[in-house]
Amino acid sequence: MIGGLFIYNHKGEVLISRVYRDDIGRNAVDAFRVNVIHARQQVRSPVTNIARTSFFHVKRSNIWLAAVTKQNVNAAMVFEFLYKMCDVMTAYFGKISEENIKNNFVLIYELLDEILDFGYPQNSETGALKTFITQQGIKSQHHTKEEQSQITSQVTGQIGWRREGIKYRRNELFLDVLESVNLLMSPQGQVLSAHVSGRVVMKSYLSGMPECKFGMNDKIVIDKQGKGGSADDAGKSELGGSGKQSIAIDDCTFHQCVRLSKFDSERSISFIPPDGEYELMRYRTTKDIILPFRVIPLVREVGRTKLEVKVVIKSNFKPSLLAQKIEVRIPTPLNTSGVQVICMKGKAKYKASENAIVWKIKRMAGMKESQISAEIELLPTNDKKKWARPPISMNFEVPFAPSGLKVRYLKVFEPKLNYSDHDVIKWVRYIGRSGIYETRC
Amino acid sequence: MTDSKYFTTTKKGEIFELKAELNSDKKEKKKEAVKKVIASMTVGKDVSALFPDVVNCMQTDNLELKKLVYLYLMNYAKSQPDMAIMAVNTFVKDCEDPNPLIRALAVRTMGCIRVDKITEYLCEPLRKCLKDEDPYVRKTAAVCVAKLHDINAQLVEDQGFLDTLKDLISDSNPMVVANAVAALSEIAESHPNSNLLDLNPQTINKLLTALNECTEWGQIFILDCLANYTPRDDRESQSICERVTPRLSHANSAVVLSAVKVLMKFMEMLPKDLDYYGTLLKKLAPPLVTLLSAEPELQYVALRNINLIVQKRPEILKHEMKVFFVKYNDPIYVKLEKLDIMIRLASQANIAQVLAELKEYATEVDVDFVRKAVRAIGRCAIKVEQSAERCVSTLLDLIQTKVNYVVQEAIVVIKDIFRKYPNKYESVIATLCENLDSLDEPEARAAMIWIVGEYAERIDNADELLESFLEGFHDESTQVQLQLLTAIVKLFLKKPTETQELVQQVLSLATQDSDNPDLRDRGYIYWRLLSTDPVAAKEVVLAEKPLISEETDLIEPTLLEELICHIGTLASVYHKPPSAFVEGSRGVQHKRLPARAGSGESTDSPDVSQSVGGATEAAPTVIPSQGDLLGDLLNLDLAPPAAGPTVPPSMQLGAMDLLGGGLDSLMGDDSEAMGAGLGSTPAVMPTSLGAPPVVGGGLGDLFDLGGSVGMPAGAYVPPKSVWLPAMKAKGLEISGTFARRSGVIQMELSLTNKAMSVMTDFAIQFNRNSFGLAPAGPLQVLTPLSPNQTIEVSLPLSTSGPVMKMEPLNNLQVAVKNNIDVFYFSCQYPISLLFVEDGKMERQVFLATWKDIPNDNEAQFVIKDCHLNSDAASSKLQGSNIFTIAKRTVDNQDMLYQSIKLTNGIWVLTELRVQGGNPSYTDLELSVKCRASEVSQFVYQCYELVLKN
Repeated sequence: MIGGLFIYNHKGEVLISRVYRDDIGRNAVDAFRVNVIHARQQVRSPVTNIARTSFFHVKRSNIWLAAVTKQNVNAAMVFEFLYKMCDVMTAYFGKISEENIKNNFVLIYELLDEILDFGYPQNSETGALKTFITQQGIKSQHHTKEEQSQITSQVTGQIGWRREGIKYRRNELFLDVLESVNLLMSPQGQVLSAHVSGRVVMKSYLSGMPECKFGMNDKIVIDKQGKGGSADDAGKSELGGSGKQSIAIDDCTFHQCVRLSKFDSERSISFIPPDGEYELMRYRTTKDIILPFRVIPLVREVGRTKLEVKVVIKSNFKPSLLAQKIEVRIPTPLNTSGVQVICMKGKAKYKASENAIVWKIKRMAGMKESQISAEIELLPTNDKKKWARPPISMNFEVPFAPSGLKVRYLKVFEPKLNYSDHDVIKWVRYIGRSGIYETRC
Repeated sequence: MTDSKYFTTTKKGEIFELKAELNSDKKEKKKEAVKKVIASMTVGKDVSALFPDVVNCMQTDNLELKKLVYLYLMNYAKSQPDMAIMAVNTFVKDCEDPNPLIRALAVRTMGCIRVDKITEYLCEPLRKCLKDEDPYVRKTAAVCVAKLHDINAQLVEDQGFLDTLKDLISDSNPMVVANAVAALSEIAESHPNSNLLDLNPQTINKLLTALNECTEWGQIFILDCLANYTPRDDRESQSICERVTPRLSHANSAVVLSAVKVLMKFMEMLPKDLDYYGTLLKKLAPPLVTLLSAEPELQYVALRNINLIVQKRPEILKHEMKVFFVKYNDPIYVKLEKLDIMIRLASQANIAQVLAELKEYATEVDVDFVRKAVRAIGRCAIKVEQSAERCVSTLLDLIQTKVNYVVQEAIVVIKDIFRKYPNKYESVIATLCENLDSLDEPEARAAMIWIVGEYAERIDNADELLESFLEGFHDESTQVQLQLLTAIVKLFLKKPTETQELVQQVLSLATQDSDNPDLRDRGYIYWRLLSTDPVAAKEVVLAEKPLISEETDLIEPTLLEELICHIGTLASVYHKPPSAFVEGSRGVQHKRLPARAGSGESTDSPDVSQSVGGATEAAPTVIPSQGDLLGDLLNLDLAPPAAGPTVPPSMQLGAMDLLGGGLDSLMGDDSEAMGAGLGSTPAVMPTSLGAPPVVGGGLGDLFDLGGSVGMPAGAYVPPKSVWLPAMKAKGLEISGTFARRSGVIQMELSLTNKAMSVMTDFAIQFNRNSFGLAPAGPLQVLTPLSPNQTIEVSLPLSTSGPVMKMEPLNNLQVAVKNNIDVFYFSCQYPISLLFVEDGKMERQVFLATWKDIPNDNEAQFVIKDCHLNSDAASSKLQGSNIFTIAKRTVDNQDMLYQSIKLTNGIWVLTELRVQGGNPSYTDLELSVKCRASEVSQFVYQCYELVLKN
């Protein structure tokens, strides 16, 4: 198991050091600093073995978090824990920075004592932790006996992510379908790989212990219902999604509140949600993806000192919809001396520090096209190495889900309190963003 | 006001100031002071001098302050053990506090204080906390048992905490269950033979129930624990798999990987023709792909594991090539791993795409990555014949870039392509020769020299080229020197007239001026060959080379199996067994995949076994014709044992091959997994340059020895003997043996078809026998047994069959059926098969039992001519589950008291007398005491077998 956990600043100074196991000596803190943070050659793996001691590290801005062990630990668990640790810290005091860590070091020690026992991760849900690790200097008497047992039963209980007795005057929930569409296209316009990785983020402000059931236009479910006739009420779309088409989901993963065995057997998504914002599910699709933009590059080398670049972008969605925050990044060689750009729409600028021409368009409707052309002057070099021609990348945001996913319903049942599914106000929003959206040139 | 100020105070006299503040009356000031102390501690300053003052702050109702003091205590208690006692009272008091959070905090902290005196005081509070009404306290106490065990294992056992911990597995709270499982697993790891984690279908069921309810971390503990269980049969295995698969949709990647581990392991037991087996394979792919959208560090862990999974079960991800394409901004560690997997998945179906990608990568910036990409192109050429031409032209394009490291890498792989496809691409040699001067890495130089030597007859100025290398002969690395020697000898054999001088020169350089034994020996061998019989020399040196195989860096199968059992852990990231990087006893246990009910492994990878066959066939064609000569050579003044080192490290060809064969025959009695496993070792390495596999028998023997040394110590398994001769069974010959492996009794059979027609429909049945041995599953011979074919089957046995006393006691009557007839035979099993792993008796119980068994039941035996001392004997016997309880030395005579437990619960107690000081007296005396005295005779037989083998 995890033998110790250290946090360093960018200089390698220790901000937090907590050792859980006797086999981790005091020199371990220094070993990591010397061999990884100060290493002459950049370390090429997130797992490093120094003198039979293994170090796992992640970096957040310029802060290093390192877990150390001498045993054959579950490596995936250690990284998941480090990420979780970052989440918990962010939830408590915001951005992970040297300043914030120093200001909250007592809190961090308290958290580390609670969520890692003898190197074994314990309940690390912020919702539960915040009920008893408060930094208010609480005196033990302040909790009544009932409060205390409520805390402990929540921390250890089956529904460790939600406390009882939550009350809202207005029961409301927000569903965000956030997708990132990834593309790698050849210069000839052939799709080399494309996939959508999506997340359903839920903000729930519901009273009591509500049972929720979430439905979407999952092909497997729709096909099953199709066979069973249209008698099923759930088949009707309830939240405005026109569930005409179904989509094939390659794989999905769920927040720990979702009953996985039920999903496995019936493919239904049922859960008691945490209070507030959390990520309900992640999914991935690869079939029938709507690619919102197509990039058509044309690069011509004119002699050894000049490049001509022309890039056309075409939007490929309903004309009534508007894409936003469009940015096209055209890489330029390292020996670029000057660039002239002409574009029909938006603004384009050559950024020498980033070795790229950045073309920004605020808004663009569907089924339109736009173009940019540039002349790049090159300094003559005697470097034999060819320019690697990194791909042209794109950023954008569109108000639909490129995977085609539609929310069909989200039902809420709270048997003990007197509000019904109809009383809950529900909001659904779709946002499609570019992930790694690249076209080779 | 912020807390960061505590990090900046570094002035002198600080300790005194702090001391004053700690003793202040004001609570706020106290707390501030403690915070300063903790901050100093964090940055590595020694503040242990403040120990008494800090401990004085412990009695407080401010929880935050209390936690800070505890933190300090955990750090410094060990260096101030006497003063740490001062804290005990508060701990004990806190363990009685009405607030469960405080009770848990106290027991959690106490366990972290590694001071003996404190541990004593811990026992009572811990016992209470283990039975606390509040689950939060119980789950903390469960982990505390593991802490205490780490400090004082004996104390934990004596206090009976292990039993309480076991009880917690049935706790109503899932988190308590999870922590109890984690603690027990850890404790069990340091007691490999204890039956601590007594996994049986009931406990497994409890764990599976808790799995659905506990936190993500708890799920990981439980899944990792489940992976250590061996289901009784394929049905149980399937039902566990069914209950684990939902975990594949968990958001936590570690839960997913641990579930994959359980599934990969239990799948081994499922028959391949089962529908469910196919379903499971399909279910595994999507979650593995999803892992690649996690954060980069987790992607790295996932990719290292996928690398193993792809080697074990390539079918799972064969259609998922695209997801392993490298993204421009992947971190380099992810890029390199993806490339590795791309090559493993490359096939005729996807090769065009793969090549296009690799070509892109070869123009990237990172040197390591580019090199690997170039190498990958070469490997594709060798793996997929249809693509070879395109690969070669891609490589030539890359050579034209003149980027130094690209050129060198390309030449190394082109050499392998030449070997794989002789007489096809030699036209490119001219282009390669142009780049001779730019090669500065040994591997590339050696490859180029090999090409020049091999195709000397087509290269007009081959002698000049080689001569130019010869000038700096002594500055070259061994790899290049060896290659140069061989290449010049080849050249001489091809163009004897012009190159006599050159060959003289290189031979004298190699034999007289070099102090490298490998080089000298190879030089001598060539020299003698050339002077004795040039025709023979030609046959040896220019012999047809065995084909190279496409799989170059596959992980050795037994290691792969072990690593599959460690999916998700560090071992799977390092691709090394835990024993390679974990100190002490924890890593020593080797995990193995469970044996499949029947054998199907040999048909699993026909292409691999074929390539091995090809290699072993190729070797003999060289050796027989030269056998005599070689024999003479080795018997001359070169001492025969020196034959070993004559294989230079680069020449793994012969070595690997012989090693494979040697081990195969050595371990022939092992299960089929082993045999098939070794079969797929990379029999022939492309790196083995053209040197002929000169050394035969001698080396074989040598490696045989090596193999036996490396065998894991364990229960002795007698070699197979023929149980049913072919004459009696219409051509079916059965030989076999029995083995006990990690608690599972196995009957290992070799079925040989000596008849003319194909045999199918095998089945097996046992007659009632003394210990109720019965097949635990059907005899799985999935493929028909064709004439002259032998198939290895391992049949797991249970002891739950009907019982009838046999004569002799260990006799077993077996019926085997096939499509031709039913055949009967009987065989005798060593009774050690029935010695169970938890046969270690408590000392006290042993004494009492020994007295309790009537003296009439004692039998005396003598084991003659055994040269073991008592310790060696004890450890040997332990391997067969004969446990030494105590040792006494009287008059130079060691007496070992040992206990054995049989599967039916019968205990056997023995006393073994070993003469310590007198080497001439080698007889051991054995007394056996058992309530069922008829087994004594057979126990004695086991002792003989084990001690003498």
